[in-house]
This record gives sequence, structure tokens and C-alpha cells, in this order.
Amino acid sequence: MSDAPPVETRGLVKRYGDIVAVDRVDLTVEHGDVFGYLGPNGAGKTTSLRIMLGLIRPSAGSARLFGRDPLIHGAKALEGVAGFVEAPRFYPYLSGRRNLRLLADYDEPVSRIRIDEVLETVELRDRAKDRVGGYSHGMRQRLGIAAALLRAPRLLLLDEPTTGLDPAGMRDMRELVRRLAAEGITILLSSHLLNEVEELCNRVAIIRRGAIVYQGELHELLARAATSYRLQALEPERALSVLLAQPGIGEVRLDGAALRFSADENAVAALTLALGQAQIAFSALIPETATLEELFLGMTDGESSDHDRPVALAV
Amino acid sequence: MTAVARVYRWEIAKLLAQKRTYLGLGTAIVVPIIFVLVLVLRSGGPNDVPLGRYIRDTGLAVPFVVLFFMSIWGLPLITALVAGDIVASESHNGTLKTILTRSRERGQVFAGKTLATATYTLVLVFAMGLVGLVAGSIAWGFHPLTSLSGTKVPAGHGVVLLLASLGVYTLPLAGIAAFGIFLSTVTRNSAAAVVGALMWALLMQLLGVLPGTESIRPYLLGTQFDAWHGFLRTPADWAPVIRAIWLCALYIALPLTGAYLVFLRRDVAGE
Repeated sequence: MSDAPPVETRGLVKRYGDIVAVDRVDLTVEHGDVFGYLGPNGAGKTTSLRIMLGLIRPSAGSARLFGRDPLIHGAKALEGVAGFVEAPRFYPYLSGRRNLRLLADYDEPVSRIRIDEVLETVELRDRAKDRVGGYSHGMRQRLGIAAALLRAPRLLLLDEPTTGLDPAGMRDMRELVRRLAAEGITILLSSHLLNEVEELCNRVAIIRRGAIVYQGELHELLARAATSYRLQALEPERALSVLLAQPGIGEVRLDGAALRFSADENAVAALTLALGQAQIAFSALIPETATLEELFLGMTDGESSDHDRPVALAV
Repeated sequence: MTAVARVYRWEIAKLLAQKRTYLGLGTAIVVPIIFVLVLVLRSGGPNDVPLGRYIRDTGLAVPFVVLFFMSIWGLPLITALVAGDIVASESHNGTLKTILTRSRERGQVFAGKTLATATYTLVLVFAMGLVGLVAGSIAWGFHPLTSLSGTKVPAGHGVVLLLASLGVYTLPLAGIAAFGIFLSTVTRNSAAAVVGALMWALLMQLLGVLPGTESIRPYLLGTQFDAWHGFLRTPADWAPVIRAIWLCALYIALPLTGAYLVFLRRDVAGE
């Protein structure tokens, strides 16, 4: 069972009446991944995480954590798994420490020292005696992480852990995630922040209106976003041979009268010289940039308007 | 400790950290004291209720009379106050997801909550009864009690009858608590569940006093609040007691089963 992937969903569907919140989602998170689950608000990230944690029942399909389905195995499916959906919530009338002691008692008994340890990890030890009702949003987020760490998880499910935090809080939270990942914890992290996922994750899935539109290595996704160019040369055939011989030029293809290729700026600058030396005239050399941002917006249907943006994408 | 026992312990701890628990418990304790104080300061008394005429004869009569008055809506209200909140407060605080993503099964969490509510209900009734006994005894002494059949019951035996009566009295109250838990689980709204459970109790009382309901009256929940009268007859009349036991078992089991099934299967989203 331990060889089973930390997260594996197959054909996951959640319907609310006519609304399909999660639409046939197949996710696989491998051991050691820091997996970014990326999508705009309302795309179905939280709903999928709720199904994984056994909080809601899928309309169809299955979600397995280390091979165990919460629908079948109940709370045992969460063995070695911890995390939170939406903002972590606690009993406001109990102190931070007492909340943790309560939650520890919902698992196997842990020592006071262990509770101090996790409080230390999230830098809440000074405020542990205060009621959670008086905590800031950022402190509750950190207490949420502390509560998750009490379970000594092998898999952490974190739903937008930096949402609502100030810049310093965001930086600290990301630092914490990085540290936990370095300790070997597999992490599934949902986010609508591209740079966050870029900074932390090795693999990503992009969800749009409940359906996965991309899943794979982050560097592959970044490669897609690498700048591509269109070259309008008078002698395309000759230009093609120059392109092919030129270092730093990739994915060259002849597209009618135009040549398309990908390259970084330096390679393109060098290319113009090479074309000049070869006496190949060209009428246009146009960058067709798709930043990761645009890639994301394209995949998620440009939820921030501007449909004319050139987005070269087929997934 | 078993899993349910641990959940139970924390449910009690949570109750002890919330104001409404003390509001309920405080009311249950203060009411008999005020009752005694008023009767000490004023003449006259509740002559038309069971044992009302003997209230100044012995402190033992006080808790029985208070039981009668509090059964109308007092105890149902302070029971519903906690029962209606026991699941809904988790929904309100958003903590249901927090505790349901640990190692405890939903059934264990539900069992812990039910036991904590039962404990609260039991404590309410016995605290009220015993405070009444003490306050009454301070005011009028600890003397033999005149039973409903007119015989004298020695004070010591009277205490035994009081404890038995409090026990039987807890049953219909637990029926209201069970209904409160059901509403708390289904509505996810504390206020709705508290008011709903109280309405249920009042409806049962109302049905009992309407004309034409004589045939169903022995089976109404409200009627079971009088089952303890059986203990205060000579010889003891077990019929109302036994009927209260099996009937209340139904009034408790049905809503609890419903609540349990809902709790086990329901989607926990945003709560």
C-alpha cells in the first residue's frame, strides 16, 4: 500500500444540482512532489481537496491517498495525511495550545514537548496561551500548519496557504513549505498565484471550471511559455537551414511562408547577424510571447479578460 | 482511553469553556433558590400543584414542586440551549472539518457529542433537584414528606424517592435533547435548532392540554414529565414509570438515529 501514490484521483466528479464543481479530475501526486494545484478562484480546487479529505462525497469517481479511499476506509484513509481546506479553523474560545491538545487527542496521544515543537516550527510559541479568537489570519494559518504537523504527515494538503497573508506572512509561509518539503513531506498545494507555484512546486496541475487542463512537470510548462518567434523571410528554405544551424534556436518549423521557432533574446540577436551574413532578407521577426501568466490565463479561459491576447495553446 | 471517551472528554471541556453552558446550569441552580426565597418572604404558595401544599412542611417537597414548574418550558429551554448547539456550533465555527480530518470516525465524534449532551442534561436535573433540596431544608428543615397518597414518608426514604424521580424526569428531557441534536445536525444553525427543540417541547405540552387528545395523552413526551408521581404513591405505581422508560427510549432513539445517519453521510463544506 505504501507504494501507492500519495494522491490518486480517478474520474472525480462533484455535482451540485446542475453545477459541475469538479469534472472528471484525474490527479496523481507522486512521492516527494511539491505539487501545485493551480486555478482561479471557484475552479474546483477546494472541492477536490474536500473530497480527498473525506469531507464531502464525490458524485462519481474515486480519490485515494496512499491507496486508501476515505469513502471506503473512513478516517483510516487519512493515516499519514494532514492539511486543511479553506482557512484552517479552530475553537475561538480555547487557546492555541489547547486547540492543539484537543486535536492531538483526536489522533494518537502526543507529548507536550511535541506540541511545543510544532508551535516552535510555526513560530507561535509566544502566543500559544492566548485564545485563538484573538489571533490574526496569519497566525491561524500557521496554527493550521502546526495542527497538521502534529500528525507527522507524509502528505500535506494545503489549500491556498498564503491567501490573505501580508507579504511578510506569505514569504514566511513559503519558506515553511519549502522547509517541510525538504524534510521529505509530499505536498499538494492549491493556489491561484502563479509565482507561488513557480517558486515552490516541481509538478503542477491546472484546473479550469472543474476540469484539469494541464498536468505535468513545471519545467515542461515553463518550456511551453518560453518565448517563440515568427520569422517572415524572403527565402524561407535558406533561412530554415540557417535557423537549424544556429545555436540556441529550437522547435523550428516551417509554417507556410513563415518560420516559427523558440529562442531566448540573445539567440535571436545572434540570429539576426547570422541571417545578415548569409544575406537572407527578412521582412518581419516578431516575438510571439506567452508568459506563464498568459499561459495560465489562456488555459483558464482568460478570466481576467483580454481575449485578443495571442495565446498559443493546445493542451 | 477509547476513542469515544477521548472525544467525550473534549466535548465536556468545550462545554465548560462556553458561556451558554453556565447560563443553563446557572439557571437550573438559581431557580430553586429564588423559588425558596420568594416563599420565605411571602405567604401563600403553589397549592394546586402536586406536593405544593406541603412545601413549607419539609425541604424535601421543594425539588418536586420545582420539577413541576420547570418542566413546562424552563428545563426544555436550557436543555435545548446546549443540545441545539452541540453540532451547529462546529458548523458555525468551521471546526467540523478540523476535527473530521483527524483519526476519529464520524460515528465516534457523534457518540462523544451525544454523551456530552446527555451528561449536561443529567447534571442540570440533578443539580436543580439537589439545590432545591438543600435550599428548602435550610428554609423549612429536613422532615418527613407527605406522599401523593397522603402517607408520611421518612426523610431518608424521601431522598431515595427524589433521586429516582430525578432519574425518571431526565428521560423526557433527554428526548428533547435528542431532538435538539437532530435539528443541530440537520439545520447546522444553532438558533434554529434551539428554538426548534423548544417548539417541539411546547407542542408536546400543548397537545396534552387540548380537548380531544385524551387518547394520545399518555404517549406524549410532555406527559412523561409527570411519570415520577408514580414513585410518590403508596404503594408505588410503576405503570407511568415503565411507560416513560420505553416511550422516552423511542423519543430519544428516533431523532438520534436520524441525526447519526445524516452526520455520517453529509457533506462538510464551509463548516
